[in-house]
Amino acid sequence: MTTRRTLLGAAAALALAPGAWAQDDKTKVGFVYVGPVGDGGWTYEHDQARRAVEAEYGDQVETVFQENVPEGADAERVMTQMALSGADLIFTTSFGYMDPTMNVAQKFPDVKFEHATGYKTAENVSNYSARFYEGRAVQGFIAGSMTQTNKIGYIASFPIPEVVRGINASYLAAKAVNPEIEFSVVWAFTWFDPGKEADAAKALIEQGADVILQHTDSTAPQAAAAEAGNVITFGQASDMAEYAPKPRVSSIIDNWAPYYIDRVGAVMDGTWESQSVWQGIGDGMVEIGEISDAVPEDVKARALEIRDKIASGEMHPFTGPINRQDGTEWLADGETATDEVLLGMDFYVEGLTGDIPN
Amino acid sequence: MTLLEKRPQPSRAWAWATPLLAVALTLVAGGLMFAALGTDPIAAIRTIFYDPLFNPLFAGYSRPQLLVKAAPLILIATGLALGFRAGIWNIGAEGQYIIGALCGAGAGLALYPLDLRLIFPLMVVAGAAGGWAWAMIPAILRTRFNTNEILTSLLLVYVAENLLASMAVGALRNPDGGGFPGSRNLSQWGSSRNVELIPDTGLHWGVVAAMIAVILAYVLLQRHLMGHHIRLAGQAPRAARFAGVNPSRLIVFCLGLSGALAGLAGIFEATGPAGQITINFNVGYGFTAIIVAFLGRLHPVGIVLAGLLMALTYIGGELASFTLGIPAAAIQAFQGMLLFFLLAVDVLTNYRIRTWKGASA
Repeated sequence: MTTRRTLLGAAAALALAPGAWAQDDKTKVGFVYVGPVGDGGWTYEHDQARRAVEAEYGDQVETVFQENVPEGADAERVMTQMALSGADLIFTTSFGYMDPTMNVAQKFPDVKFEHATGYKTAENVSNYSARFYEGRAVQGFIAGSMTQTNKIGYIASFPIPEVVRGINASYLAAKAVNPEIEFSVVWAFTWFDPGKEADAAKALIEQGADVILQHTDSTAPQAAAAEAGNVITFGQASDMAEYAPKPRVSSIIDNWAPYYIDRVGAVMDGTWESQSVWQGIGDGMVEIGEISDAVPEDVKARALEIRDKIASGEMHPFTGPINRQDGTEWLADGETATDEVLLGMDFYVEGLTGDIPN
Repeated sequence: MTLLEKRPQPSRAWAWATPLLAVALTLVAGGLMFAALGTDPIAAIRTIFYDPLFNPLFAGYSRPQLLVKAAPLILIATGLALGFRAGIWNIGAEGQYIIGALCGAGAGLALYPLDLRLIFPLMVVAGAAGGWAWAMIPAILRTRFNTNEILTSLLLVYVAENLLASMAVGALRNPDGGGFPGSRNLSQWGSSRNVELIPDTGLHWGVVAAMIAVILAYVLLQRHLMGHHIRLAGQAPRAARFAGVNPSRLIVFCLGLSGALAGLAGIFEATGPAGQITINFNVGYGFTAIIVAFLGRLHPVGIVLAGLLMALTYIGGELASFTLGIPAAAIQAFQGMLLFFLLAVDVLTNYRIRTWKGASA
């Protein structure tokens, strides 16, 4: 009996001791990134949140990450290796990781998974995403207020609901303040390709656009706008403050840190449960980056007011009457869009020209 | 004074020794780079080369994964090497890989949700045919109009990539996928699943196909008249013509075969490890296979070894990246060093270094 006690006591002492033994006690959290941590956009913000987790929990947590992981077979292998190396929780931060995440989660029932921007869940898989369209509405308002040429260029990535939602939300907000505006959408078919993004921005500027909105992650459109002169832009995913005060007049910042800290904490105290969340400005997952001095005071004040009203729920970016592009009614007067329709949005609202590529 | 002098014949001894020398040089240069990045170079190199094979935590999983990762590289490189030997430069295997996957997946999904065992073989045939057909474009342009196949095959990769994006968000998009891009999951539909042949290894039909392709390529080169023609055309094009080798037939054969093998790699990947046609389905196997082909000295057995080595640097590189926090770019640089040294020390196979002492001056 005594021997056993002593042994247990020794084991406890070892577990508390710093060094190799203590590592087993740490909660190990893995992050799988689709881009390089230095992309200045999407992946950069996820990595900032990883650092925030480390800052929050210090010695209690160990984080590992793998950057530039292609979506598909390679992602599945990376997740498996992370799980084998003892990860307790793995964040997979791109839509294309959805099926690989589900597959690996099935093989490691004791490991928790958090998949970004997808729609599948399992006992040990949650998904989370941000209501970026709320930020797009603020952006659209500033764009519509500031354009001189009434032409707004939009660099879209892929024709998926999230991107279509962003185009619609910014168009509606811009149109509300300036009925003359026209949107030109260029589909880049990439999330991160500085060369392509710069080309798209230049083409839009040549066509007369003096506002460039982007749903791609590099700062190349910002650089193209800076070179062209009288053009304004918005930071995407990350603040891109190095281009402030102009061309970058504001930004949508993905702030994953509160969510990541919360979920890591839940794994630590054993309260983690599978869930599906979609958080916006109100929860702090979507932030509006500082509106620069290049924006007139009154426009800035109203933009902040819109932001706060969306945050409090007083205002919804998709409030009727709104028709679809083909003229049929989507939302009646005063009606707001349901999450279900928004999540699968595959149509333009009335007034947008061009087709969503198929 | 040091000079390079061409050997009358490539040195056999050096042909075998240079890969080992290159690995040694890579370890030194790579180790210096890791040290400069503040990582323990011994730990980094051990994680890349040793852990995937022998670390009890990972080896059980990563050993078969080496074959899974290497299979498409070997399959594509085997086809490419035949053409390269004959002086026919198919640089567009990446495009043929994509089109193979699209045709195969399209053929299968057209029959969804039939439950039929014949569907998977049908998809494999369609995949090979798709890759073959895509390679026929540069082949015919070359034989008819004497267009440079290096350019046409390469440019067709970009056409294929755009087709892929359009298919992933259009015709092949999963109707039950909530508007998101990407096809149905082919590895989760019984009829199209590229089954795991040995449980928990991930080994699939593509690995078997790669091994068969290697054996057939070996036999073709050693025992078959076509193999003889291929070698002759590469070594002495004029002599080959006099010997009755029809250059057009050779071009059509080599491009077609390498296209078909790339297409096969595509459909095996789409139905197995990748599971889906997505916008980013292709991850560069078609280009990496060119390196694998040369690394393997255009020899079927060499290609197997080269493919496995590349796979090891990928898998070990991933491990090193997340366990030691080495940036992904440093891992790529390390892979680049390996290839650089392998090709650089090749000079010793074909040349000898002669040193003159100052006395003669």
